Amino acid sequence: MNSSVSVIEEVQKILARYPDAGRDQLIPILQEIQGACGYLSREAVVEVGKQLNIPTSKIYGVATFYNQFRFSAQGKYHIQICRGTACHVKGSAAILDALVRELKINPGETTRDGLFSLEIVACIGACGLAPVMNISNNFHAKLTTQSIPGIIKSYRQQAAAAKGA
Amino acid sequence: MEQVKPLDTEFLSWALGDTSNLTPQQAQKLSILRREDVVKPTFYVGTGTCGLGAGAGETLEAVKTFVKENNLDADIVEVGCVGLCAVEPIVDVQLPGKNRIAFQQMTKDVTPAVLDAIVNKGEIVADHVMGQYRDEKTAAWDGVIFIDEHPFFAPQTRWVLANCGLMDPGSLEEYIARGGYRALKKTLANKVSPDDICKEVLESGLRGRGGGGFPAGRKWMFARANEETHRYLICNADEGDPGAFMDRAVIEGDPHRLLEGMALAAYAIGAQKAYIYIRAEYPLAIARLRVAIAEAKANNLLGDNILGSDFSLEMVIKMGAGAFVCGEETALIHSIEGKRGMPRPRPPFPAVSGLFGYPTIINNVETLANVASIVDKGAKWFNAIGTEGSKGTKVFALSGKVNRTGLVEVAMGTTIRDVIFSIGGGIANGKAYKAVQIGGPSGGCIPESHIDIEIDYESLKTVGAIMGSGGLVVMDEDNCMVDVAKFFMDFIQRESCGKCTPCREGTRRMLEILNRITRSDRNESEQDTLERFQSVVHMEKLGQIIQDTSLCALGQTAPNPVLSTIRWFRDEYEAHIFDRKCPAKVCSELLKFEIIADKCKGCTLCAKNCPVGAITGTVKQPHVIDPEKCISCGLCMSNCRFDAILKK
Repeated sequence: MNSSVSVIEEVQKILARYPDAGRDQLIPILQEIQGACGYLSREAVVEVGKQLNIPTSKIYGVATFYNQFRFSAQGKYHIQICRGTACHVKGSAAILDALVRELKINPGETTRDGLFSLEIVACIGACGLAPVMNISNNFHAKLTTQSIPGIIKSYRQQAAAAKGA
Repeated sequence: MEQVKPLDTEFLSWALGDTSNLTPQQAQKLSILRREDVVKPTFYVGTGTCGLGAGAGETLEAVKTFVKENNLDADIVEVGCVGLCAVEPIVDVQLPGKNRIAFQQMTKDVTPAVLDAIVNKGEIVADHVMGQYRDEKTAAWDGVIFIDEHPFFAPQTRWVLANCGLMDPGSLEEYIARGGYRALKKTLANKVSPDDICKEVLESGLRGRGGGGFPAGRKWMFARANEETHRYLICNADEGDPGAFMDRAVIEGDPHRLLEGMALAAYAIGAQKAYIYIRAEYPLAIARLRVAIAEAKANNLLGDNILGSDFSLEMVIKMGAGAFVCGEETALIHSIEGKRGMPRPRPPFPAVSGLFGYPTIINNVETLANVASIVDKGAKWFNAIGTEGSKGTKVFALSGKVNRTGLVEVAMGTTIRDVIFSIGGGIANGKAYKAVQIGGPSGGCIPESHIDIEIDYESLKTVGAIMGSGGLVVMDEDNCMVDVAKFFMDFIQRESCGKCTPCREGTRRMLEILNRITRSDRNESEQDTLERFQSVVHMEKLGQIIQDTSLCALGQTAPNPVLSTIRWFRDEYEAHIFDRKCPAKVCSELLKFEIIADKCKGCTLCAKNCPVGAITGTVKQPHVIDPEKCISCGLCMSNCRFDAILKK
C-alpha cells in the first residue's frame, strides 16, 4: 500500500460497506482499514473524516486512545510479545530484552529492512504456556532467552527463501 | 456473514422439548450427537488458542495425514480447551465400543506413533495418556485412569466449562443434544414472565463474575424498573486483566452457552438488542462467536420472533480496540458509541441511562454463561453449593509457577490451597510457594499464612485481595514482590485513561517511587537519596489518596497490588529500601555479578557481549568483572555456557 491513491480507494471500498455509518461505526471502520492497509495513514484518517463527517482531530483522538491502532507501517513479520502477569512472572522482561537485542529495535518500531516490527501486548490469553509471543499469528510458547535468536533466524530464512523463489 | 443451513425443524421441536419420553430412534440420535458411542474412529484435537500455541495446528495436520495414510473412515473434530493447558496439545481418541481416551503432549512428531499404537494395535502409549472418560455404554481401557479421578479434574465442579473440550464448538446440534437451548424454549413456550426470571436469578445468588460481585438478578430488576422500554444488554468479553483467559476459553469451547444465557438475560430485562464487546486480541473466539450467532439465527434461536414467540433479539459483535479501562461499564459504553473509552461519574448507573442514553445492563461472560443452567435447573440447584454469600462455581485461570497450569472451575468455598496444591499439583521445580496474585491489577496477593482461605467474595476482601475476574498467578521464591508491584503499577499507569487526576498522576508517581526503590545507588547524589526516602515515606499515603479520590474502579483499585504486597511482604520492601538488595535476585540494578574462577573456562563470550566493557581476561584464563563499570544488565550470565557467573 504505497501510493496514497490506492489507500483512498481501499478506504472508500471499506466505507461503502457501511452505508449511513454513524459515530458508533467509527472504531469498526478503523479496525477494518488497519486490517487491510496494515496501519492508519494520514490519508485514510482524513478520508474517513470526510465520509463520516467527523473532524480529523476527533478521529485521531479516538484512534490514539486505543492500543490497537498503529500510525506507521509494520514489518513483514509483526511480533507481539506478551507482557501479562503470568508471562512476567516467568521472565518475559528478559525475553523482551533478548528480542530488542536481536532485532536492534525498540517496541513500537520496525527494523530497517522492514522485516520485523515489535509490539508489546498486555495479554494474549495463553497464560498456561507463558512466556509467549505471537509472530504474524503464529504462537511461540514457553520461550527462553536462548530460543529467541533461533526463532528470529527461522523467519529471516523464510523471508530470504521467499525472496529467492 | 456466511450462509448456514438450518437444522431439521422436527429435530428442533423434539430435542428442545421434554426429552423424558423419546422414541428409541430419537434417543439414539441424541446419544450419537453426544458422542457417547461412535460408529467410526473419532479423533478430537484441542485447537483453542492455548492448544494452537503449543502446536495443535501441526498436530491436527498429523492426525489428518495419519487418517489418510491408513485409509481410515474416521471423524476428526476440532474442540475447544479442556483446561489442562500445561500438557497441550491434547488429542482424544474414541474407537467404536470403547471409552474416549485423552492423550497429552501430542506434538506432531509423536502423534503418528501414538495413534498407530491405539488404532492398529489396540495398545496405549503410557507416556502420553491423560485419562479416559467414564461411560457406562462403552468398554473401559485397562490400566488407564479415569478423567474424573485425575488429580487435576477430580476436585473441580465443572458447570460453565461442562462442554468445553468435549464437543464441537461449531455445532449447534451437539449443544442442543447436551441440553442446550432447552431453558430458552421452556421460557418462551410457557410464557414465563420476565420478572420471574429475574427473581429466579436473584434467588440463585448468582453474583457478577467480572469482579464486582453485584447480584445479577438485582441488577436486572433495576433495568426492569425503568419506564423506558428501549433497553440494551451488553456482554463484557473485554477480558483485559493480564493473566486471565476464562472468557476466551468459554467462548472458544462453548459459544452457544453464552448466546443462550444472553437471550434469557435480554428476555428478562426486556432488551431488543444485545452487544458482545470482545477483545480484538481473541481472533479465534470472535470467529467461533460469528459462526454460533449465524447458526442460532438460521434456526430462529436468535433474531425476529424467537421460536415463534413475540420476543426478538438482535445480536451484534463489537471488537474492543485494546484499552484496559474499557472493562469499566461506562467506559465500555463510550467505546461502543465510537468514542474514547473513558468512564464517567455514576450515578446515573447504566441500568438507568446507558448506551445511547437508554437503560443498559452489562454482564460478564461467565455470569451470563451460568444463566441458562439456572433457568433450566432452578435457583435451588444452583445455590446448593457455595458459601453463605457466594453461590455456585467460579472459573479460574491458573498460571505462573505451578505444575499444572490451566483453566479450573471449582465450587465457591474451595480453599486456595486446594486449587494450587491439589488441582495445580503444587509449585514447579520443587521451589517454595511465596504468594498467589488474585484479581489482576485491581487485586492483591495471598501469602502462605492465608493460603487456607476459602474462595468467597467477602473472605477474600479480608486479606486485601478481591475475587476479580479469575486470574490466579502463582509465584515462588524466585519472584520479587516489589518487582511484581512495579509490574502492575507500570501496567496501570499506561492504561489509565487520563480523565481524573488522582489516577493519571498518582499512578505515575507511584511507579516512580517503586523505580527509586529498585534503583542502584551507583552515581546517586545526596539529593537523590533524600528524595528517595521522602517518596518512600509518602507511598502508602499516596495509595490511600488514589483509592479515595479516583473516578472509576480502575483508579480506586490501582494501589491494591502495592498496598497488598507491602502488607504481606514488608521485609522484602525493607531489604530493597535499606539494604539495597533484592532477596529474590530479580531487580537487576540491585544485583552484583561475579565470575566463579573455578568454573570459568575463559571462553571470552561474556567479555565479547558485555555492553560496557566491564569484563577483562585472556583466553582460557578466568575472567574478572569490574564492579565499578558493571551496570548489572545480566548479559554475561545469560551468555555463559558454564554457569560460571554468580549473582547476589
